[in-house]
Amino acid sequence: MSVENQLMWVALFFLAFLSIFVYSVYMADKKFTVLDLLSLELQGHDVINLRCIGGRKGLTRAITVPDINRPGLALSGFYESFASQRIQVFGRGENAYLAKLVAEGNVDSLKKFFSFSIPCCIFTHNLEPSKVFMEMAEESGCAILVSDLESTELSNRLVRLFATIFAPRKTLHGVLVEVFGEGILLCGHSGVGKSETALDLVERGHRLVADDIVEIRCVSGNIIIGQGANSLISHHMEIRGLGIINVAELYGVGAIRKQKEIQLIVELEEWDSNKIYDRIGTNQRTKDLLGVKIPAIEIPVKPGRNLPIIIEAAAMNERLKKMGYNSAKDFNQNVLRWIETGEAQNAYFGQDDMY
Amino acid sequence: MVEKILTVKNRAGIHARPATLIAQLANKFTSEITLEKDSIVVNAKSIMGVITMAAGYNTTMTLKVDGPDESEAASAIENLFETKFDDE
Repeated sequence: MSVENQLMWVALFFLAFLSIFVYSVYMADKKFTVLDLLSLELQGHDVINLRCIGGRKGLTRAITVPDINRPGLALSGFYESFASQRIQVFGRGENAYLAKLVAEGNVDSLKKFFSFSIPCCIFTHNLEPSKVFMEMAEESGCAILVSDLESTELSNRLVRLFATIFAPRKTLHGVLVEVFGEGILLCGHSGVGKSETALDLVERGHRLVADDIVEIRCVSGNIIIGQGANSLISHHMEIRGLGIINVAELYGVGAIRKQKEIQLIVELEEWDSNKIYDRIGTNQRTKDLLGVKIPAIEIPVKPGRNLPIIIEAAAMNERLKKMGYNSAKDFNQNVLRWIETGEAQNAYFGQDDMY
Repeated sequence: MVEKILTVKNRAGIHARPATLIAQLANKFTSEITLEKDSIVVNAKSIMGVITMAAGYNTTMTLKVDGPDESEAASAIENLFETKFDDE
């Protein structure tokens, strides 16, 4: 390699190291470890049924990428582009090949396998690897987990799980409610009436998802899901004059929800006489949350104005829009048609022809 | 924009009563006041927000105030933290 080429590689390596360093510092506050994966409480068709059978020292290793890898090529000795930062899933084929390698005493590729800093290895179909493999795992401090699921099913569930865990997140100040099936985020300054409006909506039969602290995450790049930041106190609400009330206890389980997609943002603000508020509704304003554009409406608050009913109407209107019927645009079309008919009549008959 | 680093000197941490004091004080000012701890940002004017931070003894957080009365708000809140919320 020429000197320039070598310098170029050094520079590239340095840049790569720097970007990894910056990335790890950014993610440094809360690492997702193998132990966290084992301790997750999943239900229904999300369960992955993992148990650790060895290499417990490796339980503290962090899972940094939301992908999985089937190490077939690596086991056969081909380590170019080996995705060592991914979780390694061993299916029936890989396990059989492992047994063959061990029987032949061919452990070089295994030694190289464990020389990488792998997050962990998961064996599917309840298969367990041989003692030789386990000993090498213990020595290198890599956790070995077993699941009773089939490889494809486990892969699908893990990918789905990681999409949630590694989704970009943010915490907002607002109240998230579900009205007629639409997730509505109420935003505004303190004291404008978000919690009180939410309480009225709950009384009318709608659901509270989170009060005050809403944690949002972006799933699949086009949906924002909001939930309470803390499951212990998320359905408590603070009402000035009343104090802190527990909505779940007062109104029951039908009045609360753990999480909901945010489909509409309602910005509440004190009525500003100098400001121009939307009177027609044909212009769809959107607000950007974690890169996703969500429809937003601005509602001025004034004593005597019935906010909950305005929000109910907004929710129903959003549903109509999604079904293809836009009331404001339809109204405008009708007006145009009416004007046209009037003009057409004038053109044909003229004012003088009317008897 | 005024930023200050505050430490919780109260042995019991920020429980219901100190949180109420912080929120009530913050509400007296028109500026936007936020408290930030470990990348969680809460609005200091909301009691639920301040309690959810779960700030125990010796926790540090960043106070950010933005608005017309930012300096008075910042010093008032700093003073509240310094006097341990009149708890001890």
